[in-house]
Amino acid sequence: MVKSFFKRLTSNQLFIPLMALILLAVINLINDPGFFRITLGTNNAGNPVLSGYLITILDYGSELGILAIGMTLVTAASGGQDISVGATIAIAGSAMLRVLCGGNSRPDQIQAPIIVAFLVACIVGMLCGAFNGLLVAIFKIQPMIATLILFTAGRSIAAWINNNELPIVPDPKFSYFGSFIPGIPIPTTVFIVAICIVIIALVLKFTNLGLYTQAVGINENSSRLNGINPTFIKFLAFVILGLCVAVAALIKVSRLSTINYSVIAKDIEMDAILAVALGGNALSGGKFNMWASILGAYVIQFLTTTLYKFNVQSDALAAYKAVVVILLVVFSAPTVRDYMARLGKNMAKRKEAA
Amino acid sequence: MNKEKKSIFNKMNDTSLLLTITIVIFLLMYIGAIVIQGGGFTKPQMFFNILNANAALIITACGMSIVMISGGIDISVGGVVALVSMSCAVYLDHKGGSIIGSILIALGIGIAFGLVQGFLVAVLDIQPFIVSLAGMFFARGMTTIVNTAPFNVEDEEFNALKLTRVNVPFMGSVNKKGIYVPAYVEIGVIVALLIVVLLFLVLRWTRLGRSFYAVGGNKQSALMMGINVRRTKFLSHLICSVLAGIGGYVYFLHVGSGSASHAMGMEMNAIASSIIGGTMLTGGVGNIIGTLFGVLSLSTIQNIVASAGLDQA
Repeated sequence: MVKSFFKRLTSNQLFIPLMALILLAVINLINDPGFFRITLGTNNAGNPVLSGYLITILDYGSELGILAIGMTLVTAASGGQDISVGATIAIAGSAMLRVLCGGNSRPDQIQAPIIVAFLVACIVGMLCGAFNGLLVAIFKIQPMIATLILFTAGRSIAAWINNNELPIVPDPKFSYFGSFIPGIPIPTTVFIVAICIVIIALVLKFTNLGLYTQAVGINENSSRLNGINPTFIKFLAFVILGLCVAVAALIKVSRLSTINYSVIAKDIEMDAILAVALGGNALSGGKFNMWASILGAYVIQFLTTTLYKFNVQSDALAAYKAVVVILLVVFSAPTVRDYMARLGKNMAKRKEAA
Repeated sequence: MNKEKKSIFNKMNDTSLLLTITIVIFLLMYIGAIVIQGGGFTKPQMFFNILNANAALIITACGMSIVMISGGIDISVGGVVALVSMSCAVYLDHKGGSIIGSILIALGIGIAFGLVQGFLVAVLDIQPFIVSLAGMFFARGMTTIVNTAPFNVEDEEFNALKLTRVNVPFMGSVNKKGIYVPAYVEIGVIVALLIVVLLFLVLRWTRLGRSFYAVGGNKQSALMMGINVRRTKFLSHLICSVLAGIGGYVYFLHVGSGSASHAMGMEMNAIASSIIGGTMLTGGVGNIIGTLFGVLSLSTIQNIVASAGLDQA
């Protein structure tokens, strides 16, 4: 009974990210019991805000969480990853600023409603996604290579959209998306992520998107023979990722009310891919678990925050992250798992014999 | 007549067809640059400058080709190059080390990365992309841990080696003052070309080289043919990382400084060169000579763009 429960627990896809989360939480608890303290304070503008490491993680992990949704679909459908998300965030963010500031780098007031700018960013993001999807689904180029184009060109395109200027949005309302709405102590990003999760949950529940995506990822030919259009499903996955990128761009740009083309969302593609891998999804496509990916994204943010707390330099962060990632991947590797299982069995046998 | 033509195409397999295309494209592009832009491109030294600036890329791209031929990928090479140049710079400048010692450091870093990544990929069956992604993070992070600020190496012995030029006979040109200036290449280019020749021979005529193709083409049938798939994959990653280490040293020799932002995006350039050179990401197809021409094509494009005055941003 206990054994079967244990087996069910370890075979669950949420097991690895949850274990990583618990491990990180315990390490932090030992190091500093005050890690989980959440305090209600006021920010510079005098509005009530919640602060604490947990809030920081929830807040800054939101871009990654949103990207993980799209990246999971792309990974599952195409068996490859989109490495252009960071650059596409720069493009979508730049387009948003262009609309908001109307080509003027220091406007007195915003030139278009925020919602219009956001919709433009969505369209730009989806166009970038469609470009990647076109190359992958129709021209059958490997996803990583196809997205390499935007990965290298994206930041230049973003700079070109605004004539290499760095416009500043004058309206304080625009900064609400990346920080706090006055009167509400919870970061706005948490609500944005919640909305995204609800939408994707509804889509997965009431449409065949999840099923079709998995079918295409597992075997493209047989899914085609079953009447699914694999080209369209792959294309759709990239377009959905483009939409996620636009939402992430809104948060990223809103945090600063401006943009830095070479730095914005740097290395986020790696974190997004890691979130998918950490969630136990096969990077070669096929079955996926959306919730595990999103959880994986927050685990990575947890790790980042923990490392910052241990006074790790931001440049050196990557080295520590790499070690943790390698350990996680090693423990989730099928070979290692089989070996552990065999080891456990042998021990049980020996116990019986004794 | 028609029959003969067909037989030539039949004789050409995927690899040599792609190789021919690459070489033809490169020649067309270079001739186009000479015709349209003239100027620097007419001098042979322009070609040798491309070689000088890209010797490290040639070496790392060769390693990348081997990994890609055997069906893997290694995106840690840029990080390894940066780590090697920073470590060697610190060793030579602050610690007063010798040239031999720095070369050993470069090889050691390459071998260490190769062993760990090869083990994780071949024995534990983890996706090479993830493994080398972590390797890239690790190498970049370690580079800043070794030293944060970029600096130039002042060591005299090293600078003598850095400035050593090998003249190429018959290729010199007469400059504006009417003095004959011999064309030259740096030591790194000779190392790179030696490696290209060596790897070409290995891939073509040795058992190991053929098994790279077999494993990349179809793992299952390679296994049934009696090839040790694990060992082959392991060796492909080991060779790639060692070449990244050597490439790192050649890069260091060219720039003569250590910096955390060295070789940013070099892995992408290496992958792109391999692909231009006809190596398939799916594995099993590729050619080292093609990779050499891939690097040359890529850097010719960059040179054309630069001399046409287009902004790089």
